[in-house]
Amino acid sequence: MIEATALTKRYASTVAVDGLSFTVPNGRVTGFLGPNGAGKSTTMRLIVGLDAPSSGRVTVNGRAYHDRRFPLREVGALLEAKAIHPSRTARNHLRWLAQSNGINPKRVDEVLEQVGISAVARKRTGTFSLGMSQRLGIAAALLGDPEVLLLDEPVNGLDPEGIQWVRRLLRSLASEGRTVFVSSHLMSEMALTADHLIVIGKGRLIADASVEEVIAQASANHVKVVSPQATALRSLIAAAGADVEPDGDDTLIVTGLECRDVGIIAAAGEITLYELSRQEASLEEAFMEMTRDSVEYLADPDAAGSAA
Amino acid sequence: MSSAETALVPTAAARTAVPNPTPMRQFVAVLRAEWTKLWSVRSTLWSLLVTIAIIVGLGALFCAARVARADRLDPGELRNFDPTGFSLNGIFLAQLAVGVLGVLVMSSEYATGQIRATFGATPQRNLVLAAKVAVFAVVTFAVGLVACFAAFFIGQAILGRSTKFHSAFIGDPGVLRAVIGGAMYLSVLGALGIGLGTILRRTAGAIAALVGLLLILPILVNFLPSPWNTDISKYLPLQAGNAVFHTAKLASTDLSLWVGFAVFCAYAVASLALGAVLLARRDA
Repeated sequence: MIEATALTKRYASTVAVDGLSFTVPNGRVTGFLGPNGAGKSTTMRLIVGLDAPSSGRVTVNGRAYHDRRFPLREVGALLEAKAIHPSRTARNHLRWLAQSNGINPKRVDEVLEQVGISAVARKRTGTFSLGMSQRLGIAAALLGDPEVLLLDEPVNGLDPEGIQWVRRLLRSLASEGRTVFVSSHLMSEMALTADHLIVIGKGRLIADASVEEVIAQASANHVKVVSPQATALRSLIAAAGADVEPDGDDTLIVTGLECRDVGIIAAAGEITLYELSRQEASLEEAFMEMTRDSVEYLADPDAAGSAA
Repeated sequence: MSSAETALVPTAAARTAVPNPTPMRQFVAVLRAEWTKLWSVRSTLWSLLVTIAIIVGLGALFCAARVARADRLDPGELRNFDPTGFSLNGIFLAQLAVGVLGVLVMSSEYATGQIRATFGATPQRNLVLAAKVAVFAVVTFAVGLVACFAAFFIGQAILGRSTKFHSAFIGDPGVLRAVIGGAMYLSVLGALGIGLGTILRRTAGAIAALVGLLLILPILVNFLPSPWNTDISKYLPLQAGNAVFHTAKLASTDLSLWVGFAVFCAYAVASLALGAVLLARRDA
């Protein structure tokens, strides 16, 4: 279990993490979601004690990370896959990690096997692709058979087969009762992997809820109506108190009513309908909606247009 | 499902409490890890072989040159001739290889980002620094011993071919101390390199600081008006430390041998102490 309480990290001119409080329980995959620059990696570094918080605190299984002398036996982390000395072999990288925490050297070959890079175990990591480095990083996180796993963007650089493998791995680790905390800037990825989401933007907590709740919270669902008498229908729906926006000549997007209600209103007004359908907000839309005000690097659509 | 809900599956709860080992057991573990790190990059072996080659090769070359011009040496030069120190002259160049390797022990971890894995595995950062110094000091001492004994015996064999001056025997007063002293000098210099690498974190900056301290600063101090130049210069690391691998007193103004070596060690200790303070304060 990971517990953050009013966790704050200030740098000279910016606040990377701003009063974050959350709990990551064991036994399920908790997704840590936010746009790039939202403070996810900083939070991860604070959890494993690489950065010291400006204020607030974070504990892992009730203790500060740095109170442990052999932390890898309890907490495994993948922070940056490429942060490995390039002239050391994969196997030697895992060997020193194991030695530093008194971990049985047999684990080195076990985790290499588990992540599927045994064949390149004696190759220098400088020659590795991002996907292979990512697998080595996951192997390092699994080395101490830890109860808590922190993975920062673990699917970066993996091929589709690798991405599926990571999803299955995270699920099985959680089903063994471990705490699995995995960050991503891709909502769609998290929807497939996580049970629960912690969403942050500009260092602040935006949502802490199940995947379904996050979508519902982020944006209401819409009803799409297509009718040759769109203008007449629009005033009828508006009169009923719902939000309605035209989308082209004969299409309306209705918010705040169900299909059934729109159908009844149309029938009462003797209006012909060509289409009446419920539009589910996609995960990406929900995410964009939620983090719109907290995106660090926002592309200027006008600037993009003029450049094109 | 509330976020405060915990232990949805209880199986892992039983194995969450991992007891801490004793500090000594942890230190031994970190020593082994640092040993593996040092020898699992190729540059270590090459740098150390180059160090040995420089000390032995340059020592032999110096001695051969001295024998070749033995007839032209003036009596004063012959009287003060220190055959032991002379055969170990390669240390003046080899110290750069050892110092740079010491810098890299720390700075390469920052350059590659691996320092985060290191401090993630061992949050007790000063223990990591201590282990790095211990491992590197032992390795450079052993390499220094091999190189200095080889340079001494080969050098004396060459010097012995001239009848103009005496070559040294290992049993002569101060000779064994000077040969072992060469290894001690390199070992402490390696520690200074680690200290500078820890303080500055950047390889280029730390190497510049090392070269500046050893080679540039003495030149600058030399330009100061007398007696400041000699008063200050004897406290500079190279000037204070190099008496330990000589048998003759180098100049009347120099510090005595062990005082000088203590001053030299103080540079390494000071750099490591500052490095330790910064390690604890800075984010990794």
